[in-house]
Amino acid sequence: MNALRLVLMRDLMLAVRRPEHCVHPLAFFLLVTTLFPLAISPQLSQLRLIAPGVLWVAALLSALLALEFLFRDDAADGTLEQYALSGQSLTWLLLAKTAAHWLLTGLPLALVAPLAGAALGVPVSAFPGITATLGLGSLALSLIGSIGAALTLGVRRGGVLLSILVLPLVVPVLIFGSQATTLAIRGEAVAAPMELLGAIVVLAVTLAPLAAAAAVRISLE
Amino acid sequence: MSRYNLRAENLHLWRGDRHVLKGVSLSANPGEVLQLTGVNGAGKTTLLRALCGLAHPEQGRVLWAGRDVRADLAGFHAVTIYLGHEAPLKPDLTARENLRFWIGLRRPLTATELDSALAETTATTFADRPVRTLSAGQKRRVALAGLLLCRAPLWLLDEPTTNLDTAGQALVSRLVSAHAAAGNLVIAAVHQGLQVEAHRLNRFELAA
Repeated sequence: MNALRLVLMRDLMLAVRRPEHCVHPLAFFLLVTTLFPLAISPQLSQLRLIAPGVLWVAALLSALLALEFLFRDDAADGTLEQYALSGQSLTWLLLAKTAAHWLLTGLPLALVAPLAGAALGVPVSAFPGITATLGLGSLALSLIGSIGAALTLGVRRGGVLLSILVLPLVVPVLIFGSQATTLAIRGEAVAAPMELLGAIVVLAVTLAPLAAAAAVRISLE
Repeated sequence: MSRYNLRAENLHLWRGDRHVLKGVSLSANPGEVLQLTGVNGAGKTTLLRALCGLAHPEQGRVLWAGRDVRADLAGFHAVTIYLGHEAPLKPDLTARENLRFWIGLRRPLTATELDSALAETTATTFADRPVRTLSAGQKRRVALAGLLLCRAPLWLLDEPTTNLDTAGQALVSRLVSAHAAAGNLVIAAVHQGLQVEAHRLNRFELAA
């Protein structure tokens, strides 16, 4: 447990010293979502219809940008090697890393999403719903994405490959997430898609770190 | 104090179609320093990585205390430290923070222990600077402090003297001797600058 706390604290401290890895995907998310009113029409009634899709696709792309750096620096400076040789379970250490990654990228994204939503005509009453769905959804994205990030460690310029690997895997998250967001905007109950998102998160928490650890071991060889 | 020995039996390892380790067998006993030599590209790094379990040999096995290390890799890693030619330090953290996170994963550390290890490798003066601002030799000294702190009986060192000045090389020799004298094992790939008492030193030449 102490080891998990150390990994988490270290990643948070690194993010404070070098915030661009978290700030850039967030800025990207806000920029992409504000392009839609400019490109389509400033009419809020029209934008409201596409808002869930816009928010989710932008969140997905921004998550992919952030995922590229999940393990890259640690692989380059030998930290992952030392994790694998620490005598601690690599699976748990990577879970702690992924948790830190979500705290630094997914959670802030969920918190600023209402801001982007406002530009797309989302009513204030739907703000809590949007933050909740994107918060849970981005957790699933971080976990599933950690497998892709680990698999592409050995690949030079693995960003595109990472997208190709991860995007098909996160389609269910996109479907249930944007469904929940649509319901939240309409002011209807979001419980059903949220429960399915929760189930995906539980499944991902259980399996993704195992797969990521196996992939990291291969990349270290 | 370690009563155990490390033995490698007939290790074969391929990298693609290159046969890097061609049936390497060696053994190291407590109190001993095993110096790996060999021309560049002979596979010293690969051998060290195979010994610590990072690389998987296609054939052969590594035994610690007579047991295959693959049977309990986490247990073996708890008594082993591998130091590659790059020190595993984060550029944006200070030397002290780096050690706290890196070695803290292996065992609880106190501030006094940290201070005395940094003093022993004469790294105190730059311990609170971000590692990014340190020279390669200074980073190496910080890594050596980590080596002291982890208290692992088995040291696997890849070129521990690179980037170090004469005083630094003497420091490595002193640390390695002291570690072996305490009944532990050191296996080091090193070309020059390692001064260890002759009765402790064994050489193993890797054929290219």
